[in-house]
Amino acid sequence: YIQSVFSCQFSDSAGYVGFANLPNQVHRKSVKKGFEFTLMVVGESGLGKSTLINSLFLTDLYPERYIPGAAEKIERTVQIEASTVEIEERGVKLRLTVVDTPGYGDAINSQDCFKTIIQYIDNQFERYLHDESGLNRRHIIDNRVHCCFYFISPFGHGLKPLDVEFMKALHGKVNIVPVIAKADTLTLKERERLKRRVLDEISEHGIRIYQLPDADSDEDEEFKEQTRASIPFAVIGSNQLIEVKGKKIRGRLYPWGVVEVENPEHNDFLKLRTMLVTHMQDLQEVTQDLHYENFRSERLKRTGK
Amino acid sequence: PHVGPVESKNEAAMSELVPEARQKPVVPMKPMGINASLLGYIGIDTIIEQMRKKTMKTGFDFNIMVVGQSGLGKSTLVNTLFKSQVSRKSSGWNREEKIPKTVEIKAIGHVIEEGGVKMKLTVIDTPGFGDQINNENCWEPIEKYINEQYEKFLKEEVNIARKKRIPDTRVHCCLYFISPTGHSLRPLDLEFMKHLSKVVNIIPVIAKADTMTLEEKTEFKQRVRKELEVNGIEFYPQKEFDEDLEDKTENDKIRQESMPFAVVGSDKEYQVNGKRVLGRKTPWGIIEVENLTHCEFALLRDFVIRTHLQDLKEVTHNIHYETYRAKRLNDNGGLPPMTVETEENHESNL
Repeated sequence: YIQSVFSCQFSDSAGYVGFANLPNQVHRKSVKKGFEFTLMVVGESGLGKSTLINSLFLTDLYPERYIPGAAEKIERTVQIEASTVEIEERGVKLRLTVVDTPGYGDAINSQDCFKTIIQYIDNQFERYLHDESGLNRRHIIDNRVHCCFYFISPFGHGLKPLDVEFMKALHGKVNIVPVIAKADTLTLKERERLKRRVLDEISEHGIRIYQLPDADSDEDEEFKEQTRASIPFAVIGSNQLIEVKGKKIRGRLYPWGVVEVENPEHNDFLKLRTMLVTHMQDLQEVTQDLHYENFRSERLKRTGK
Repeated sequence: PHVGPVESKNEAAMSELVPEARQKPVVPMKPMGINASLLGYIGIDTIIEQMRKKTMKTGFDFNIMVVGQSGLGKSTLVNTLFKSQVSRKSSGWNREEKIPKTVEIKAIGHVIEEGGVKMKLTVIDTPGFGDQINNENCWEPIEKYINEQYEKFLKEEVNIARKKRIPDTRVHCCLYFISPTGHSLRPLDLEFMKHLSKVVNIIPVIAKADTMTLEEKTEFKQRVRKELEVNGIEFYPQKEFDEDLEDKTENDKIRQESMPFAVVGSDKEYQVNGKRVLGRKTPWGIIEVENLTHCEFALLRDFVIRTHLQDLKEVTHNIHYETYRAKRLNDNGGLPPMTVETEENHESNL
């Protein structure tokens, strides 16, 4: 191909063709279509997963929540519960599906608890593969899991054996974002220590968590670095509004003070939310180009197609 | 699922209450501080910006084919459309070259950039079309070429280890040049468009429109539109693919009033009223290509490039390509065509 670079100014000047408008055309169609995103949350019961999801998306995804007692939990196996909510913001429609995994880590013997989860993720890949290979492809729904928040307990000394096994089993199937839950049970020092432990263990075991792509030229390099340096995010969630200095904010009221969810000095909630929403497109892309393609080529090789 | 976030019984949906004043960049330039607006803003609308950035980064392919008898100004028009020397005319083609005995397909690629957006433009010329004494079936090599591009794409798509971005050589748009006789379409025009409108987006244009007066132009256009309709030829934008009322209203106007665009092309510049314009100089005046009172080139350009470029690609991909694919799968007993993992494929994915 002959390279002929032809730069023009942005006006109806003599050299202006107008295809620089293409991103706007794409944008218009995307806004019309809306977006889909599937987020999975995994972690032991009581780590604040549901509360965090509600805080993240300013919604109440679990209005009639039933919390089973310990005796019931003995018999429980891991369930997969998907809830979908449509969020609209400034004309942009997002169909968000949150896949919850109640029962994870509850059983006395949690040996097989992530099999169900792996099966669910594979099933979504399988369905997509089937739809993609079919005849009518106009309205394929993408239910593949684009991101998995894995909740690490703040009460331990780092990763538990179950955490390690889960992440090793799933890092080739889904983007894993590790999250330290209920961060308000830790002092700042304890938090740093725990984060470092977790990162060391992740590296020790060769676990591949989701990597933020490098900052583009016009993005804040420093901000991106700060975000990266905060992983795993230590977060707090809350469904309650508390009045602080005349403003209503989400928080947790203790006798010794108020923990503010959206205060970056109290926890990494905002960092997590920012990271998630500004990387939705990338998370989908990595799911499609890496995890799904791996699944697909394995499947096709196996069936000898 | 319920629409809109719901706080609790007492609070209203907070996202809707927020008055957003400042523009939020893709990645905030500074860490977000606490302020009231954050209580209600999540930031999912930034996904639009993320997609836009992606489009800008990856650039895009656009493949345009020109069909029509020799001498109708096809190459000049394409050069005018893209304000670059991108056609066959500009890559070593000699005007005195003999007309080929059969239809040839010549694809020429260029990378052009504008406003940070990179386009890999391929112009596919079809010299020899309609130029013979006996032009029977002269559209066949063209149809074959178009289908070959679909086949190429399909093969890559069903590959086990497939490329992240499948190279797109499919024809997104076919400009069909109608001779400005002022009478009607010719039988060859009808035959071509009948066959090809089923496999590719056809945009008919009336060439060398400066040979007609305004009245002649209007009448000719009406007659051509009528003939196309009577013969059941669905040119782009096809009625059945209008996605919603907004599209339909916009496209109806184009279909019923503007098309076929009566165009004039030129790659020569002249000074008119202190401005440099593209045009044709005659003893009786200068025909300004981009002047809407002179010809409809600007309408064609805006239509193809500024408003419907993405749609042309989408209709090609979602409709024409899918039709081809479905037929191939059905012919093959519902299975995708067999691909052998060649050395070339394997290496390109390492």
